[in-house]
Formats: sequence, structure tokens, C-alpha cells
Amino acid sequence: MSRTASTTEGRTSQALLIAAAMIFLAFFLLLPLVAVFTEAFKQGIGAFGQAVMHPDAWAAIRLTLLIAAISVPLNVVFGVAASWAITKFHFPGRHLLITFIDLPFSVSPVVSGLIFVLLFGAHGLLGPWLAEHDIKIIFAVPGIVLATVFITFPFVARELIPLMQEQGKDDEEAAISLGANGWQTFWHVTLPNIRWGLLYGVLLCNARAMGEFGAVSVVSGHIRGETNTMPLHVEILYNEYDFVGAFAVASLLAALALVTLIAKSILEWRFDLHHGGAVH
Amino acid sequence: MHISGKTTRRLFLASAVAVVTLLSACSGGGEKSAKSVEITNVSYDPTRELYQAVNPLFAAAWKAKTGQDITFKMSHGGSGKQSRAILDGLEADVATLALAYDIDAIAARGKLLPEDWQKALPDNSAPYTSTIVFLVRKGNPKGIKDWGDLVKPGVAVITPNPKTSGGARWNFLAAWAYGRKAGGSDAAAEAYVKRVFAQVPVLDSGARGSTTTFVERGIGDVLLTWENEAFLAEKELGKGKFEIVVPSISVLAEPPVAVIAANAKKHGTEAVAKAYLEFLYTPQAQAEIARNFYRPRDPDVAARFKDQFPTINLVTIDKDFGGWASAQKTYFDDGGVFDRIYSQK
Amino acid sequence: MSSLATPFSVRKTSWRQPSVLPGFGLTFGFSLVWLTLIVLIPLATIFLKSAGMGWHGFVEVGFSHRAIAAYRLSFGTAAAAALINAVFGLLVAWVLVRYRFPGKRFVSALVDLPFALPTAVAGIALTALYAPRGWIGQYLEPLGVTVAFTPLGIIIALVFIGLPFVVRSVEPVLADLGRDVEEAAATLGANRIQTFSQVIFPAIAPALVTGFALAFARGVGEYGSVIFISGNMPGKTEIAPLLIVTQLEQYAYDGATAIATVMMVFSFVILFGLNAWQAAQRRRLGA
Repeated sequence: MSRTASTTEGRTSQALLIAAAMIFLAFFLLLPLVAVFTEAFKQGIGAFGQAVMHPDAWAAIRLTLLIAAISVPLNVVFGVAASWAITKFHFPGRHLLITFIDLPFSVSPVVSGLIFVLLFGAHGLLGPWLAEHDIKIIFAVPGIVLATVFITFPFVARELIPLMQEQGKDDEEAAISLGANGWQTFWHVTLPNIRWGLLYGVLLCNARAMGEFGAVSVVSGHIRGETNTMPLHVEILYNEYDFVGAFAVASLLAALALVTLIAKSILEWRFDLHHGGAVH
Repeated sequence: MHISGKTTRRLFLASAVAVVTLLSACSGGGEKSAKSVEITNVSYDPTRELYQAVNPLFAAAWKAKTGQDITFKMSHGGSGKQSRAILDGLEADVATLALAYDIDAIAARGKLLPEDWQKALPDNSAPYTSTIVFLVRKGNPKGIKDWGDLVKPGVAVITPNPKTSGGARWNFLAAWAYGRKAGGSDAAAEAYVKRVFAQVPVLDSGARGSTTTFVERGIGDVLLTWENEAFLAEKELGKGKFEIVVPSISVLAEPPVAVIAANAKKHGTEAVAKAYLEFLYTPQAQAEIARNFYRPRDPDVAARFKDQFPTINLVTIDKDFGGWASAQKTYFDDGGVFDRIYSQK
Repeated sequence: MSSLATPFSVRKTSWRQPSVLPGFGLTFGFSLVWLTLIVLIPLATIFLKSAGMGWHGFVEVGFSHRAIAAYRLSFGTAAAAALINAVFGLLVAWVLVRYRFPGKRFVSALVDLPFALPTAVAGIALTALYAPRGWIGQYLEPLGVTVAFTPLGIIIALVFIGLPFVVRSVEPVLADLGRDVEEAAATLGANRIQTFSQVIFPAIAPALVTGFALAFARGVGEYGSVIFISGNMPGKTEIAPLLIVTQLEQYAYDGATAIATVMMVFSFVILFGLNAWQAAQRRRLGA
């Protein structure tokens, strides 16, 4: 694993670069995180536990997990399909397509909620038809799922496109010319190559799906214990001046994300170790 | 006739689906005879504690009268946002919002309740009132006694943004009422209000955001806020760190309540929704209202709590500002007075 | 390898360059349908709604002085934040990919925090840190630096929101970069700085631009975290998404969509430009 001196930096410059990166991260990421946990445990572990074990908090946690469990797989399938089409083929309008995929990133969360209200709301385009058939979309779970899918739409595709572009299509072409079919090529050649990128994409998509606030807030209706996701519950507690409760639930969200990500890097590390050993 | 196992299974599935569909269709319809009933109350931010206290009382009273159990579904948020949610299809049985303007919008744009909804219940359909007062830091270091002191140099005033917060509109109009009384004209009032807003370092988007800015962040010398919020901050948030200052003049805020007729009809909850709102006027509920720092309507209850609520000279929206529709248009809509104050710096 | 696919069969579709790889129809078709259903149709309602108010009304709301000031603020702060993120995001990605140091896994996980933390919580936490009496704010105030309730505060919130976009765009490409080119460069006598600027940087530039574009686009629309720290003063720290909310407060749905339309078209043009530039860059490098 060791690099030769010609392809790495000296010890001092390494230390300097690491220090600069860490200072930056400390101010912008670590301190806010510390602030959240400090507030959460301000009145001891008891108050923290009480806030997290509250039935309304549980309802919010369950709903958040449900929403993520529906919207993440949808976007994984889309992300893989879109990156395959975009990076393995040349066709006019590819950049337009990529830009369209990016679009949900650039739409203000306020607007992403609003568009579904304009579509499915009582005065929306499809509103009257839905009311006639007694189908509830906004202010119910389907609306929250839709808004979440919209918000997290680009994550997987965006993670895969640069990676697959970098890798080119030589491996796949070789597999095909050796007689593999499309699925075999994908499973045995492409997937192993994009494995980590895909995992990143899934984790980010999942983190964002659980953490989304603005868009979901517009379509949820804020009914306690029913259509409140964790971020909305945080806002409610905060507005009740229950700061400990608010930060307790928020820290739970942060911890959830940290745990999945640390698990991911351990997985990655073990795989590398195993893999590296096998090669030599 | 021989029916294969596969067909039986299909038939069974189909009938199961049909039953579920029927059941769910029923639950949307007539609930009158059911043993339990559900009410969705869509309200604004500061009423959480109030309805948490009142709801169990009504549930007990209703159970004693009819034998039905009530489940309350509460939704809280900014008043305007909640009003829009109802308009866009949030199926509230009752709306308990911060300003009549927000329920007017539901009546006018959504036709979900009659336009004269405010006549359905006593006292303009507002079972409790409040007003705008000042919250200052302990010992009142800047010596703020009345509206005039807000524009003294070096005084930082905290209020939310009237464009996004219902409470902030009450603040604005209360300041205007003072300016008009002190200066004798609307022009003088505008000049005064402009000076007040020149002292505002931050405009939070909601009333509770402003309270947090003042209480938790320690920003500003005086917070303009609802009386009930001021009490909450003084008694619970930062015990002994704040004082309430009652100005010489303020505005009578009447947060209204209404049954959203179309939704209640659909859910079959008309009777219970009406009884729920009427319950708010009973002495039992009124006492709870006063304990939650809202001014009660009931004279006996008011007399019991008169030490808590000092008498203030109060102007009203209808008499002094020509009603909410006109006030909103003149002061807060695009190109209104508030925009003018900020555009000619 | 059971199936005997004819590897070099001629494709019927002529509008794209022929390829031996299968699955274009399926993946392209599915992507297009899903994109249309989830993104394009819902977004079209915005245009429809704002078209309903007529050109005159549209310009009046969408291009008022106030709106223009808000766009300038939103796009300016987002660009500044994305630039900061491009520099430091690259640094963080570099350190994470190339070096070993204690706590690396934790740091790597930390980078994604802004995605996971609800934006409102981020706003509250950052305000708690940078407000005049906050943990950091109290030391900045005597130096004459006011962060909270100024455009600087908005930039800080947007740096927080946008950082993972840059790091996560650059990281996989950097990790994938073969060592052989670097070795070749070293053999040819290049020093590290030359190798970086001539060999490594051009290879990761497209990913860096992607990260910049995404962080920028995300920053322009951000609402939840910014309103806590910006102060929302009309004409000074009033961001464009806040204007949309104020329009909604007046029940002016079409006014809200007018501002949303202007923002979206701007963002779209910028994103499209960057994507096209990136493609040109790649073509020039012959990849």
C-alpha cells in the first residue's frame, strides 16, 4: 500500500494539509454537531430519554423510517438506470438530461412542497378529481413520499454519473464481446466497479430523505402523531420551547446518519483488507 | 360446480379488498352512532399548551353527555400557513387561528364555511382575547415604559416580520395606534412606526422565533409580543430574568375559532365540533384559558383573574383599522405601508 | 455465459452513436418516464400557474426592485459559499482519500452531517454559535465581525449546507484516479505541485465543477437554515425563497410561482452551462 516518495507529499506538507482541513471542518461541522448534542443533554440523560421515548416522537421516527424505506429504493433504481443510459451511450440531449436530473437540487424546498400542493391540493390541477374519488395525497403519507422522492431525486444518479464516466465503458464492452448478456455484464462487471459510489449515493439519499424539512413541511399538515416526520417534530418541540426535546430528536437524526456512515467506512475498510490480501 | 383452489383464493382476495374498501368508505362517512369520534383542530403556534389543557376537559364532558370517546388530532403552525393548508385540503373540523383574516380567506376562497362565520359564536367567535405587551430584561435597564421609549437611541426592538407572521401584524398595528394617538395623524403614525422598525436588528419569520431570539440568544432590549407569550416567557422560559411592561395603549387581539362546515359535514362531526367550540365559552374552559394567560371573556372568570391582566386602553381592528381585509391591504400586502417603510430608507 | 448475444448487431436507433452495450432503450425510457412524472410535470405546474397572471403581472412581481435585490443576495451568497466549498471541499476530499490519520472514519462520516440534520436544526445550531453572544460570535464581535443577521451569516449557513456536495463529488473520482499517471509524471521529472496542477487537477476538475454547481444550486434555494441566521431585513438580508413565502402569506400563489419561475430559470441556465462546459472539457481531454 505504501506510495513512493514521488507520488505523495512530504510529512510536513501532509500534516499542514490535514490540519487545514480539520480546522475548517471543526468550525463548520463539528461545532454545530457539538452544539446539538450539548443542548440535547443539557438537562441530563433522563430528559433526553423522556423526549425520545415520547409516543409522538416514536410516531415521528416510525413515519420517517417508512418514508425513507419507500423513497430510497425508488431513487436507487432510477439512479442506476439513468447513469447507465447517460454514461454508456452517446446521444444528443445528454447534458440537458443531466441538468434536468440536477433540477430538484436547485429548486427551493419551499417550492418543492408548493408544486405538489398546486398539483394535488383542493384547488390544484388534480384536486377536484382526487376529492371525488376520496384519494388523499397531500397532508397524508403519499404526499410526504412524493415530496421526499422529489428532493432526493438526483442523489444516486449524481453520485454514479461522474464515477461511471471516469471508468468509461471498456470493461463492459469487453464482457459483451466475450458473450455476456446485458444483465450479466451489469451484475458482474459494472456493479462491482460502482459498488462504493452506489453505496455512497444510497446513504446520502437516505440521510437527506430522513432529514428533509422544508418541502415536507408544506405537504404534511403537521398532525401530531400522524403526519409529523422527525424534522417536523423537532420544529414543533422547538416552537413549544422544549429545547431539550427538540435537540434530543435532532441529535437522534444526526446519530442515525453518523452510525450508518461509520458502518459504511468500516465495511469498506474490511473489504479493502480482504481484497488487498487476496491479490498479493 | 368445481372451483379450483386458485379461483377460491382470488375470490377471497377480491372480497377482502371489497370489504376493506367498504369499511374505509364507511369510516369517512357516518360516525354519529360510533363509540368514538375524531376531531382535527388546526391551530396556530402559541395555543399548544392551551388546547393540551382544554381538550381533556371537553373529552370528559362529552363522554359524560354522549358516551362517546373523542380523539383529538392537533396541528400547529404559523396562522397563515395553517389557513392555506385548510384551503389546500387539510381536513380540519375546526380552525382556531390567530386572525379573522385567515379564516375569512378559507370562507372566501375555499367556500368551506359561510362568509358570516364570525356570527356563529358569541364575541365575534373569539372565546379568548389577548393583546400586545413588551417584554424587557430584568430591572428594565433601558427604562422602557411605553411606546415612546422604543425609539430612544440605543434601544433594540425585537419583533417578527409582519409579512410572514400574524403576531407581528398585531405588533405593527398596536405601534401604529400609539403613533396615531401621539401624533394625531396617520402620517405621524407612519413616521413613528418607521422609526421603531429602524431599531429592529432582526425580523424572525414567526412569533416564537422572535421569542427565542430575545430569550435564548440574548438579542435586543425589548420584545413586542402577545401577552400570553410574554407570560410564558416570564414564568417558564427564563424565570426571574424578564419583566412585562404594559404600554399605555395597545390593540385588542381576538383569535377566532370556527367550525369548517364542509369538512365537519363530510366527517359527520358537525355536532361534536360545534359543542367543542361552545365548550370554550364555559366557565370551566374559561378558567383554563385564563390559567394559560389568555384573557377570558366570561366576566366572572375575568374578575377572578383580574390581578393577572392589567387594564389597558385597547383599540380594535374593526373600529380603528376598518377590519382585517382592509388593514391587510393597506399595511401588509405588496406595496403597502410596511413595504414603503423599508423602501425609502 | 449462456446466451449468445450478437455483440455487434446494428442498432435501429440512428440518433445516437452506435454502441455494443445493451439496455439503452430500457434505461433511457425508464429514466425519462420517471423524470417526467416526478420532476418535469410537477415543475411545469409552476410555469402554468405563473403564466396565468399575464406578462405584466409576472414582471411586476418577478422583477420588482425588492425581488431583484433578493436574487442578487441569494445568487451572490450561494456563489461565494460554493466557491469556499470548492476550495475546502477539495482539500477535505484530498486529505480523506490520500492520507491516513487517527479519526479519519469519524471525519468521513461527519462530512455528510449537513444532509442528515434537518435544515432548521442546522440554522438554529449555527445561530447559537455565531450570534453576537454565541460560542464563536462573542469572540468575533470585538474584532468588528458580525456574522449573524448579515450576508456573512447567510454564507456560513450555505457553506454548511453545500460542503458535502463538493466532497462527495470529488472523492470517488480522486479515489479512482490511477497512480500510474502520477508515477509517469514523476519519472518525467515533475514535482508534486506540477503533477497536481498538470495531471491530477484536470482529471478531477469536472467532478469539482459538478460539486460547485450542486452546492451553488442548493444554496440558492435554501430556506430552512438561512432564515434563522439571516435576520430577514427587507432589501438587505431578505433571500429570494423568503419572498416566495411572503407571497404565499398574501394568498398570492401566482406571485409566489412568478418568483419561483425566475429563480428556476436562472438556476437551470447556470447548471446547464456548467454541465456543457464540463462536457467540452472532457472532450478536449479526449476521455
